[in-house]
Amino acid sequence: MFTQTVTIQNEQGFHVRPAQLFSEKAGQFGGEVRLKTNEGRSADGKSMLELMTLGIEQGAVVTIEANGDGEQEVVEALIQLVESKFGEA
Amino acid sequence: MNRLDIQGIGVSEGVRIAKAYIYKSSVGASGESSPEGNYIPDTSAAVQDELHKLREAKAGCAEQMEKLIEKAKEAVGEEQAGILAGHRKLLDDPAFYPKMEARIREKLETAPRAVAEVVNQVASMIEGMSNDYMKERATDIRDIGGRLLACLSPGQSQGLAGITEPVILVADDLTPSDTVQLDPALVVGFITRTGGATSHTAILARSLGIAAVVGAGDGIDGIGDGDLLVLDGSAGLCIARPEAAEAEQHRLRMQQDLERRQSLEDYTARPAVTADGTRVELAANIGSAAEAEAAVRQGADGVGLFRTEFLFMNATAMPGEEEQFRAYQEAARLMVGRPVIIRTMDIGGDKELPYLQLPKETNPFLGYRAIRVGLVRQELLRTQLRAVLRASAFGGVKVMFPMISGLQEWRQARSILAEVQGELREEGVPFDEKMEVGIMVEIPSTAVLAGLFADEVDFFSIGTNDLVQYTVAADRMNEHVSHLYDYFHPAVLQLIRTVIDASHKVGKWTGMCGSMAGDPLAAPLLLGLGLDEWSMEAGRLSSIKERLEGLDRAECRDLAERILRLDTPQAVRQELEAFCGATIPC
Repeated sequence: MFTQTVTIQNEQGFHVRPAQLFSEKAGQFGGEVRLKTNEGRSADGKSMLELMTLGIEQGAVVTIEANGDGEQEVVEALIQLVESKFGEA
Repeated sequence: MNRLDIQGIGVSEGVRIAKAYIYKSSVGASGESSPEGNYIPDTSAAVQDELHKLREAKAGCAEQMEKLIEKAKEAVGEEQAGILAGHRKLLDDPAFYPKMEARIREKLETAPRAVAEVVNQVASMIEGMSNDYMKERATDIRDIGGRLLACLSPGQSQGLAGITEPVILVADDLTPSDTVQLDPALVVGFITRTGGATSHTAILARSLGIAAVVGAGDGIDGIGDGDLLVLDGSAGLCIARPEAAEAEQHRLRMQQDLERRQSLEDYTARPAVTADGTRVELAANIGSAAEAEAAVRQGADGVGLFRTEFLFMNATAMPGEEEQFRAYQEAARLMVGRPVIIRTMDIGGDKELPYLQLPKETNPFLGYRAIRVGLVRQELLRTQLRAVLRASAFGGVKVMFPMISGLQEWRQARSILAEVQGELREEGVPFDEKMEVGIMVEIPSTAVLAGLFADEVDFFSIGTNDLVQYTVAADRMNEHVSHLYDYFHPAVLQLIRTVIDASHKVGKWTGMCGSMAGDPLAAPLLLGLGLDEWSMEAGRLSSIKERLEGLDRAECRDLAERILRLDTPQAVRQELEAFCGATIPC
């Protein structure tokens, strides 16, 4: 298992589009991906619905956790996606 | 079954004859499938059987959606198709479909029940979120749920994707998202139980060129699936199961109507130019970003009126800055640099917003509405102006304030705008520093003082619908006085001239966004008066272009001079009809 934490930086937080981009990227990974909030709630990283209903806002610190072959690569790729503010301005 | 006449409100013109297609649009009543049908027997065969049904439905639904996406790409462009593609992805979401299978296995629910439960659960979770933009996604979930249910019981409620030949839709109501998905080649008309002439769906139907009758009430219960229907969108009439001779006659009318539309379509591609070579700027009135695309296809040079209130009226809570920004930015993007005039919200009066809790009024048209609300509930106006300004960084956005009755209101609105601009500047948020700011001229006091306003505003946009009713003090919806309501009233024409002249005197411009701008009979007069920008429902653009091509500006100026000396609306009409008959056949 590989985990890493990251801060959500884009203004609107984890809304529809970030959730979609995140789940698409996670969906390419064979193993399991989860995203956990500081308050202990978590979502299936491959589920856009679960991700967006967490209601994560700007400034929140989340932990991304993956399990399976290439787990480190997928976590790093997802961290990069979050840090790029999902391509938003 | 016998022939049946059904009277409703005609909201989008055109005569169409086709088979009825009964359409149930949403998953609204979903959970209430018959109680005995909610559970399956506790045997592995029954579970397998139910799972099989659900899988089949999902596969069918996926296939339908993929076809719809392809269709949408051609019909409405990549953007709308992208929305559908997003819906399609939700179908594969691990928090959606697998939960339905789980409910069948674990709770022995029937497939429709499992679908409805999961849809309601997910949708209400989304609805409970604080972010306005996300809340809207609940509609998407219900949309997909509706599709799945339709696939599960194909006999009862049919989705739009099942339409393979031209039909007339029969529905309780159509949501704007239903309407925007309609393919005008297959859905040639629709009739609904509820709805009114100003509903978003009606306006969308006009921009798509689909004949439509709304508010038909229980009359639609007399229509059976597959019945032959004649729909007359001008008269608001629908005839179910017409007699053979009658059907033939209407088929002929439909043919003529379609031919005329075809010939008008030739005009969409070319700019509006008069016989003497004057280029006229024709724009479209829209109520949503999606309509901007239809407007471009129908040959609009820009958007002369973006009625933002639809954005508010279709929501359950006040749309936030981000959501508004997306809508305005989208319209600006679709118009690729062409002008998009955004009117700040014209709510209140007859347009109620439950979440604003505005008081009921006995005389709403003379009451608390539009800018009058915006200047009191300033947080609403400021949020909207921030969104408009941010969108201005993406194209030809302009803004105008509705229902301005005097200079003090205009100055107050303008200074709020200046404050918001200051905020954005401080925050480093980009916007168009040169964005034009104008006002709607729809109250006679403002038309009379146009000369004073002209020094301060960048442009005027004459809203004839309200200007006429305020000038002659007649409500056109009131049958006892509607004969008084006429934009050819000499007093209205004087006001229009005053406004246009006042703007030209100081090098500014005047547009018109009321229904007069889309009336071919008024075209020579408006051209003669020097109207700069004509904004109308997109469906009217071709008729006006056709009309303008036959007009000479100098002749029209003389005509306008003559008309402004006439003393009654009837005399004005006669003069215009005579002129029209003398220049071109109409």
